[in-house]
Amino acid sequence: MLAALARRAVTGLALVAGVVTLTFFLLQLAPGDPVERLLGPAATPEQVLAQRRAFGLDRPLTAQYVAWLGRFARGDWGRSITTGRPVLGLLAEAVPATVELVGLSLVVSYLVGILVGAIQATARPRLDTALSVTTVTLFALPGYWLGLMLVMVFTYWARWLPAFGAAGLDADLLTGWGRLVDRLRHLALPLTTLSLIGIGGAARFVRGAMRDVRAQPFVTAAQAKGLAPPRVLRRHVLRNSLIPIVTLLGLSLPALFSGAVFVEAVFTWPGVGRKLVEAVRARDYPVVMAATTISATLVVAGNLLADLAVAWLDPRIRHGEGDR
Amino acid sequence: MTREHWGRVVRDRRGALGSGVLLVAVLTALAAPLVSGGDPAAQRDVVAARFLSPLTTDGHGVFHPLGTDRFGRDVWTRLAYGARISLGVGGLAVLLSILVGVAVGAAAAYWRGPVGAVLLALTDFALALPRVVLLLLLGALWRPSALLVIVVLGLTGWMSVARLVHGEVRSLAARPFVEAALALGVPPNRVLRRHILPNALTPVIVSAALGIGNAIMLEAGLSFLGLGVQPPTPSWGNMIASGRDTLVNAPWVATAPGIALVVVVVACTLLGDALQDAIDPTKRMP
Repeated sequence: MLAALARRAVTGLALVAGVVTLTFFLLQLAPGDPVERLLGPAATPEQVLAQRRAFGLDRPLTAQYVAWLGRFARGDWGRSITTGRPVLGLLAEAVPATVELVGLSLVVSYLVGILVGAIQATARPRLDTALSVTTVTLFALPGYWLGLMLVMVFTYWARWLPAFGAAGLDADLLTGWGRLVDRLRHLALPLTTLSLIGIGGAARFVRGAMRDVRAQPFVTAAQAKGLAPPRVLRRHVLRNSLIPIVTLLGLSLPALFSGAVFVEAVFTWPGVGRKLVEAVRARDYPVVMAATTISATLVVAGNLLADLAVAWLDPRIRHGEGDR
Repeated sequence: MTREHWGRVVRDRRGALGSGVLLVAVLTALAAPLVSGGDPAAQRDVVAARFLSPLTTDGHGVFHPLGTDRFGRDVWTRLAYGARISLGVGGLAVLLSILVGVAVGAAAAYWRGPVGAVLLALTDFALALPRVVLLLLLGALWRPSALLVIVVLGLTGWMSVARLVHGEVRSLAARPFVEAALALGVPPNRVLRRHILPNALTPVIVSAALGIGNAIMLEAGLSFLGLGVQPPTPSWGNMIASGRDTLVNAPWVATAPGIALVVVVVACTLLGDALQDAIDPTKRMP
């Protein structure tokens, strides 16, 4: 078990390293130059050249890569070319916002999704079909569009909730409850957007997993020995269905993060996704590199955590029976 | 896929609904000049004809079933022409990812030695890359265009197909009819082409149905971020993006392409589910 985890951790690290390397060279392939954008159309070629030299962009690619890697490992993530601010500080503001949004929506999606899926697995065909239609539709909603529709209804028509950013203009003046309420009001629409889509995906999967488990002989055995149906459902079916569900939870992190990129763009939520989109557009190399590294690390860490949780849930894996 | 499989798909309510909706969408896209007002970029009289609500007729007597946008362009016409881009890009991207996926998967199963191991490792690596990050980077690399979106989506979507084909080829290779073919002296690569691959493609069709929905959604997402198909060429994604600015006075501009997108993606999912059950009735979800 431990050996397997160690192997997974090493693979994960290699993956992050691969993503980082790929990103670095892809970025350099891209046309457009951060310096030309920074200095504007009036800059003379000499000025551009001098600035490129100052940023170290005139050196050979491999040398730039090695230098960047060294500085990055030592915690010197450089400064944003567009804003001049330290990348570390820029992302230290963005990461909590994304983790807050993605984490909360993961919790909401799976709690509601497991509930809906479990209801479907035991419901009468008509209710099951109705819920299936709902979850398929939810899962098919593009986040950026659902976000716009929610803004249209709740911001423009009903005038209940703010549509943009993570805090109101007067947020700095608010204290205690007022501040919390302001934050929650700003969180409401992006969180609802991500969670509705997440619920669709989770419920579909839970329904399938529970149906699979219910067809297993041990469930028939449990029923045959006279256990009450709710107990069979809770202790035997749901528990065993949780194993693929937790694995999916880890695997769905990349998808959720991807969704967050679009949703952050719609709601101008100050998270990593939005920073990444802006930085890619401006060819802000240091910010793109750091944001990519962080998102790849989050994804890999999520998968590892899911593996750990599965091992904790499933004694067969915990005790090393069966090679996964 | 045999005729019997397709029969089961059509008799399945989800399969019938899904393929019906997709058929209508494809026909609309193909017949866009016939079923709509013609030029999707036509702006006749911008100030007089803009922001007309659905089901109104403008000063020239032209009827706008879904209203007009801020340049007075007919939303229905743009939607019908946008279907060409959205469905075309989605379909071609999935086709590309299937070609790459089948090639990699079959090659990895055929050459089991170091070549296979390298191909599988490459697949796992690519599978774990954050797709949207990659899409953003690749989308920003060259001038955005429909072709670029097809290539980018295709090259980031082949991994699950490769895994599927690899597993399928490996299990088929151990089946008696393959052994029989080899024993009869049929050359191995002919066995692969004629006997194994056609059988291995069945589950690929399911993943293709689901993949098209996903690709259409991602294409629209890229266009929404301005990294995909560029206006004035209409795509459902850039239509949603342009409707974003007029959400207050013309909500239909963003609503219509979004609904079209959701309906098509749901149809792909339903068709995929029905195909899955038709191929493997033991895993049928009643």
